[in-house]
Amino acid sequence: MANPTPLTPQGYLLARTRWHPLEILFWLATLLPFLVFPNYLSLASQIAITALFALSLDIILGYAGVVSLGHAAFFGIGAYSAAIFSKHVWGEPFSGLLVAAALAGLFGYATSFIISRFRHLPLIMITLGLGLLAHEVANSAHWLTGGSDGFQGVSTEPIFGLFRFDLYGKTAYAYSLAALFIVFLCARRLINSPFGLALRGIRENWNRMPAIGADSRAHIRKAYTIAAVIAGICGALLTQTTNSASLESISFQRSADVLVMLVLGGAGRLYGGLIGAAIFMIARDQFSGIAPQYWYFWIGILLVTVVMLLPNGILGGLSKLLGRWSRK
Amino acid sequence: MLPPIFGVLFDGIAYGMLLFVLSVGLSVTLGLMNFVNLAHCAFAMLGGYVTVTLVNIFGWPFLATLPVAFVAAAVTSVVLERLLYRRLYRASDLDQVLLTIGLAFISVSVAAYIFGTIQQPIATPAALRGSFDFFGIGLGKYRLFLIGIALLVTLAMVIGLEYTRFGAQVRASVDNQRMARGLGIDVDWTFASTFALGSGLAGLGGALAIEIVGLDPNFSFTYLVYVLIVVSVGGLGSIAGSFAAAMLIGVSDIAGKYYVPELGAFLIYLVMVVVLMWKPAGLFGKR
Repeated sequence: MANPTPLTPQGYLLARTRWHPLEILFWLATLLPFLVFPNYLSLASQIAITALFALSLDIILGYAGVVSLGHAAFFGIGAYSAAIFSKHVWGEPFSGLLVAAALAGLFGYATSFIISRFRHLPLIMITLGLGLLAHEVANSAHWLTGGSDGFQGVSTEPIFGLFRFDLYGKTAYAYSLAALFIVFLCARRLINSPFGLALRGIRENWNRMPAIGADSRAHIRKAYTIAAVIAGICGALLTQTTNSASLESISFQRSADVLVMLVLGGAGRLYGGLIGAAIFMIARDQFSGIAPQYWYFWIGILLVTVVMLLPNGILGGLSKLLGRWSRK
Repeated sequence: MLPPIFGVLFDGIAYGMLLFVLSVGLSVTLGLMNFVNLAHCAFAMLGGYVTVTLVNIFGWPFLATLPVAFVAAAVTSVVLERLLYRRLYRASDLDQVLLTIGLAFISVSVAAYIFGTIQQPIATPAALRGSFDFFGIGLGKYRLFLIGIALLVTLAMVIGLEYTRFGAQVRASVDNQRMARGLGIDVDWTFASTFALGSGLAGLGGALAIEIVGLDPNFSFTYLVYVLIVVSVGGLGSIAGSFAAAMLIGVSDIAGKYYVPELGAFLIYLVMVVVLMWKPAGLFGKR
């Protein structure tokens, strides 16, 4: 930060939009699974979807400071609307994705009026309550969602009528990765815009931002709706790439998992959710031999360690190390 | 003959009493230090497993295990408080949520490892089995016992908080921590002991809950939701609020399951969201 010329706001934001070589390397590395691990492409596709979900939580939690314990509600809405759309309307994937995003966004916008009124504990409770409500609705609306039996009859047509979703997950990964990259570009643009800066301001001081012309509640509403749209896209991606939708997609477990991933990677950093999701999912795949209840023992230990020793997640710890190293 | 609604009401009240014992400790500690403790039900589960072990393996009578459950949960909680919680009193909500969710995850795994994932059976004394017939309504003896214990706990807490020196210190620390420190009250010590008492009550609640709702490793999360609902609906730091909220949630849950079973748990979540939208600080909340 030894900048001789004073930094203008425009200059600051412009400097942040420049692509770092490491970022380009990261996105090139996401293409590696096609060549190196062709047997793990369905896992890679799941990782891409989960990473996008973590990114969507990052927008509201990491940047705007809205702690949500019910983010899976929008994931589930996206998953079920894509499933229902493919069964009753048609199976073309892109339109299904758009419908899911629009519906999740609609619910997100409606609930954002509730969310933006609260902070701290009531906020955590409200998001938890809304998430559990959504789960109960999906569970009891058996005629629509199939309830605990899972949704029957998802049929996704090939992309552009050419690329079929195959058993190895080649199409699935390409499709999810493309979605992840496009949404990531939008999110990157959003975060490095004055709007993104205002969100960070609200996170740091809720009361002072309105005084400089950024209405906290209106900003939170917008950010929450955007996050809901992205979460809906993730749900739809999961439905389309796995050809199924289940209650698991809307469960509290999913809300808690994505929170863990984001915090593990580093909240408030664009790549935090992506890195966290990749590490979490790969570890879970490697340890899948362990019964799930023991897997959560290690998640618990990890959480306690991250909170106690790495308050800004893995990326936060790394950048601190780098900062110390470059100063020497 | 009384119509069945009284039976439902009785069961609902008994269930509400159980929720009250489980949650009142969290309400007080949340109000006192603003610490979001999602591991509260892990202490309740600990109490439950202590009772199960003592009764089934060492052959203790059920009633004698209840104080042990209380003490075990209280001691464990104070150890964790000194080791981990204390460092996060000034941290953000998010860090507190993460730490305590982590502890709850660990508790689930440890319980599953030691006791397996099955429901734990428990033998209550013969005197608490069966039910009285009251104008055609079966009043379960165990539920009457539960109501009695909960009323005793309420009485003890009200007397303890309203009429003792310790209670005055706790109330002073809840109302204005800085001022309380200024007056020479050892707020840290007050909090540690309140925390131990609250977790101990949770442990007692966990032991009492086995007969009503069963005990398995997921207890930490299943009842966490109920406890949080009670606390946030009732208002932080308010015993009367927790009591009223526990009754409201207990009765509406049992009545909902009895009259409209297809709604499932929908009703209580709805009650919570509606109450919080109406009064974000809860029914009896101060802030």
